[in-house]
Amino acid sequence: MAPQTTPEVCGMGHSMKRKEDPRFIRGQGNYVDDIQLPGMLYLDIVRSPFAHARIKSINSENALKIPGVLAVITGETLEQYNLHWMPTLMSDTQMVLPTEKVMYQAQEVAAVVATDRYAAADGVEAVEVDYDPLPVVVDPFKALEPDAPVLRTDKEDKKDNHIFHWEVGDRAATEGALAGADVVVKQDLYIPRIHVASIETCGCVADFDRVMGKLKVYMTTQAPHAIRTVLALVAGHVGLSEEKIQVISPDIGGGFGGKVPVYPGYVLAIAASVVVGKPVKWVEDRMENLQADSFARDYHLKAELGATKDGTLTALKIKTVADHGYTDAAANPSKFPAGLFSIVTGSYDLKHAFAEVDGVYTNKPPGGIAYRCSFRVTEAVHTIERLTDIMAHELKMDPADLRLKNFVPADKFPYKSVLGWEYDSGNYHGALEKAMERIGYAELRKEQADKRGRGELMGIGISSFTEIVGAGPSRTFDILGLKMFDSCEIRVHPTGKATARFGTKSQGQGHETTYAQVLAEELGIPAAHIEIEEGDTDTAPYGLGTYASRSTPTAGAAGAMAARKVRDKAKKIAAYLLEVSEDDLEWTPGTFSVKGAPQKSKTIQEIAFAAYTNHPPGMEGGLEAVSYYDPPNLTFPFGSYICVVDIDRGTGEVKIRRFVAVDDCGNIINPMIVDGQIHGGLTMGMAPALLEEISYDENGNISGGSFMDYLVPTAMETPRWETDKTVTPSPHHPQGAKGVGESATVGAPPAIANAVVDALAHLGVRHIDIPITPEKVWRILKDKGAGL
Amino acid sequence: MIPSAFDYHAPDTLDEAVALLERHGDEAKVLSGGQSLLPLLKLRLGDAGHLVDIGRIPGLTGITEADGYLRIGGATREADLERSDLIREKYPILLDTAAVIADPLVRNRATVGGNLAHGDPANDHPATMLALDAEVVARGPRGERTIPITRFFTGLFATALAPAEILTEIRIPVPPPRSGGAYVKLERKVGDYATAAAAVQVTLGGQGEIARIGIGLTNAGPTPIEATAAEGSLRGRQPDAAAIAEAARLAADATSPSADRRGSVEYKRDMARVLTGRAIHKAVQRAGGQ
Amino acid sequence: MATHDVRITVNGAPQEGAVESRLLLVHWLRDVLRLTGTHIGCDTTHCGACTVLLDGEPVKSCTVLAVQADGREVQTVEGLEQNGTLHPLQEGFQQEHGLQCGFCTPGMLMTGRALLDRNADPSEADIRQAISGNLCRCTGYVSIVKSVEYAAAKLREGSAS
Repeated sequence: MAPQTTPEVCGMGHSMKRKEDPRFIRGQGNYVDDIQLPGMLYLDIVRSPFAHARIKSINSENALKIPGVLAVITGETLEQYNLHWMPTLMSDTQMVLPTEKVMYQAQEVAAVVATDRYAAADGVEAVEVDYDPLPVVVDPFKALEPDAPVLRTDKEDKKDNHIFHWEVGDRAATEGALAGADVVVKQDLYIPRIHVASIETCGCVADFDRVMGKLKVYMTTQAPHAIRTVLALVAGHVGLSEEKIQVISPDIGGGFGGKVPVYPGYVLAIAASVVVGKPVKWVEDRMENLQADSFARDYHLKAELGATKDGTLTALKIKTVADHGYTDAAANPSKFPAGLFSIVTGSYDLKHAFAEVDGVYTNKPPGGIAYRCSFRVTEAVHTIERLTDIMAHELKMDPADLRLKNFVPADKFPYKSVLGWEYDSGNYHGALEKAMERIGYAELRKEQADKRGRGELMGIGISSFTEIVGAGPSRTFDILGLKMFDSCEIRVHPTGKATARFGTKSQGQGHETTYAQVLAEELGIPAAHIEIEEGDTDTAPYGLGTYASRSTPTAGAAGAMAARKVRDKAKKIAAYLLEVSEDDLEWTPGTFSVKGAPQKSKTIQEIAFAAYTNHPPGMEGGLEAVSYYDPPNLTFPFGSYICVVDIDRGTGEVKIRRFVAVDDCGNIINPMIVDGQIHGGLTMGMAPALLEEISYDENGNISGGSFMDYLVPTAMETPRWETDKTVTPSPHHPQGAKGVGESATVGAPPAIANAVVDALAHLGVRHIDIPITPEKVWRILKDKGAGL
Repeated sequence: MIPSAFDYHAPDTLDEAVALLERHGDEAKVLSGGQSLLPLLKLRLGDAGHLVDIGRIPGLTGITEADGYLRIGGATREADLERSDLIREKYPILLDTAAVIADPLVRNRATVGGNLAHGDPANDHPATMLALDAEVVARGPRGERTIPITRFFTGLFATALAPAEILTEIRIPVPPPRSGGAYVKLERKVGDYATAAAAVQVTLGGQGEIARIGIGLTNAGPTPIEATAAEGSLRGRQPDAAAIAEAARLAADATSPSADRRGSVEYKRDMARVLTGRAIHKAVQRAGGQ
Repeated sequence: MATHDVRITVNGAPQEGAVESRLLLVHWLRDVLRLTGTHIGCDTTHCGACTVLLDGEPVKSCTVLAVQADGREVQTVEGLEQNGTLHPLQEGFQQEHGLQCGFCTPGMLMTGRALLDRNADPSEADIRQAISGNLCRCTGYVSIVKSVEYAAAKLREGSAS
């Protein structure tokens, strides 16, 4: 779609340079750790070396002798205020500090408050904790066995480690369809624990004003408004009241889902500030970040896919065990304990499907947040895209042909999936065909055949994903009861410039730019003259925040709707100024003119001035509007990715030679930013496919808990991504946009895994769990006698 | 991450540095580039009451050839090796090595002497120096001595350096004509220690046979390993595919790696084999052989 | 606790003060001088968010003691802009979308600057290699490479005219 506005107005479709960049390129960003307040104290945390242990005693004596150390906070301290436990977003409970036992390695045990970071760190080392180790439960399957130690002994009625059972679809019909299928493929998959590892870790500065009773918290949060409400609910009994809590999310150094939850460190800093009446800073270090903050994934799946012998997919059945750690602290909408996993039928017109998920407690840190993905969508996409490839190999069909045969056809949208979603729009054939053409699919298959003849290993992998983002419609989507709409408030100033505030919070997505373009599109006010503000609960309208690719579908839509309210009022003012009826006016971006007499017109700037200087009698002055946008449906971005890999037969190393990504996120607000989002998403898709994993030994000791072993890719491991697009607008979003931040993270892993398996398929290989490490490939080559 | 308190000393001369090390005994540690030591101290995995920074002592850096030796000052930065024309032209094995140590920023601080004196079998230079048959010069309270590299690594994080000794120079015999070397490393990503790596330096004889060979292995056991049996198997032989494969197999036999996230024992052993084979091949090519 | 009087030139201006032996250069820059453009992203010398130039070479300032910089010259992101004119790298990062959250950006800029000081016409491989000690979680590096290429071209243009 060609831009409808001039480059000067810079509405949708323009690659506007980012408005936030001038401060970042000068080192003038304002991140949480940059905030330094007079008299500010520092908080540092003592953490458990054990995964499961009773705390016998905590001795703070030596710590308190260290110059600068002011206090040591323990679970007992918090218990006096009934603040030692807090609710999770999934209505489970989580310790702020333990009073009886620790449940995972690196769990918070005590907090040291000191005058500077160095003294606080010394204090942490000097706190002596005496532990009595308890049996550790690491394996979620063992946790479900009848004789497994019950971990949540704090819950009186809890007799096992099972958290929830969730299921969707028709089990009997699906099993029947599988029984009747010509071909059924079955595969166990494990999608490991990973961590978002934003380069900025989490932290906050809590600043309690004793005189005014006001708490101001600068916090690394993706959802400041929801956090404020949670704080008011959790700490209401100690006098914190929502109107006296100001949560400020300043510049955020990457979020990806990891900055949605409330971590104990935040609560400790707040509690410390309230008690001592001084600002208190807590910033975790990288190891704390990786070892204790919410993880993503950790899904153990058993999947079955049925098909007719000519390659029509018929039925899908999945059983999943979800390892949630010691508490269910996922950040899902309340009614979706397994997130939006039910998108698992993917891009295919399946007639039968059934999925079930059981959540389990283990001695691991809690979480189940997203990793740049909309609530368990990556797990779903990985499963269906892997199974589809396995089926293709089983049927000896080209994986592209199998996909093309089974895609939901473009003329079937809006499409009702068998598991209950209504896909808004799609053109799956278009995206895959474009990707195949761009990468030269047919030639690559020929090259592969030639290379196989010479004993060389190359593979071509496809992933044709369907995302589900933009949570969400309030009839089904809430977090702790808070409906998942989002908001925008616009004030057009007398000189025709505007300030707009949103309920979301950018963490690098470029909202200050794209939201300005959204409004410019609707109002014709140059985006350069629209100031965007987010992240301060005292000023911004209420919204649920930025995650799950929801900003464009919810707050972006709210921006468009609020702008339209402004435009409606502007039209009335224009009619008054031009002395015509509203029906006689027509709108071109930025101007109302009289139909048939275009020389008679008023610009939005003239109208804005009139709104404050010469507004129509009987009309309120000013030019402002607010919208709380409740989306009628989710949006369903999609795309097709093709990856080419070469395998080193000696070492098992996988090298991505090419990767073509064709994305469709509906109408595009800023093509430059969309490309950037896809590049980043692809990299965060490649990382878990090949490199990243957090694992535990049988004693619950973490492995992969620092950047030494948690392998965030550098520029050397990352290929030069090739991006392209198709545009299929969302029919229900006011601007036809869908959201894009996570598509690539969701879509990339199966493309890579499918490529590696494809390279080895002639040896009989059907599946490799991610991350596909060189050793896993080497072992296969060795077993098949194909190594060097 | 913040280190425990310590005292910092920046002596101007080697004598002063040695005296400081003597005075503070076990409490003192030599600070060279600090790229291994400071992270350890920050993680509070190591303890030091006194750091003796040798970074301000003149004469400890430089890359020169003299008296039949390539002399590398102990405090020479890895980045200086990478950028040295001499290294680029005559010592490709050292260029290979310097280019894969940690990452480019770390290499602007990390020193060649530190890479050896840390005694970490996962470091890259030990294998290279074994292959090159280097010797290190140490300066201590009783003056200067030379330690052959084969006797330098005495255990995990342990070297033949006495507590108050400082590694001041590395000496590498200038290779004769028809020599070549290579370092081949398998790492999970940039910045990682080797899953396995092999350093090979060869000199070819008149008939293209292997006249001299040194093979060093990284992260293949509690100390850096010289694969002597593999060396012996190739000496005097034509480096054909079968001979290289045999030597590579013998190199793998010499390893005793431990399992970690980089790989199982079995995998690391086999990687020692694969990488040794590749390093020999490359070294021979660079020496002008087949 | 031992302290040392240091004199360090930061972005061209001498700065003096007493520092504790163990004070890390990054904390001195951030907490004492309040130059908060230099960031901290890890504990293990991996991420490069804290990259500054020490005597012209990019180093990880979380792994350098402040006292080690005594008598030396440190350049941080705050010193890139000169007399109101952006460094071509700063311009390149904005033009080519070389940043998203901005947290790794100062480190990338400083590493990029040292690269261009040494190599006026780096290839994509040169750039990727040079920035391989700086982690970025947002951009996938493609646009960072383009940003450095933009700056290199602009610098070459400037020196040609």
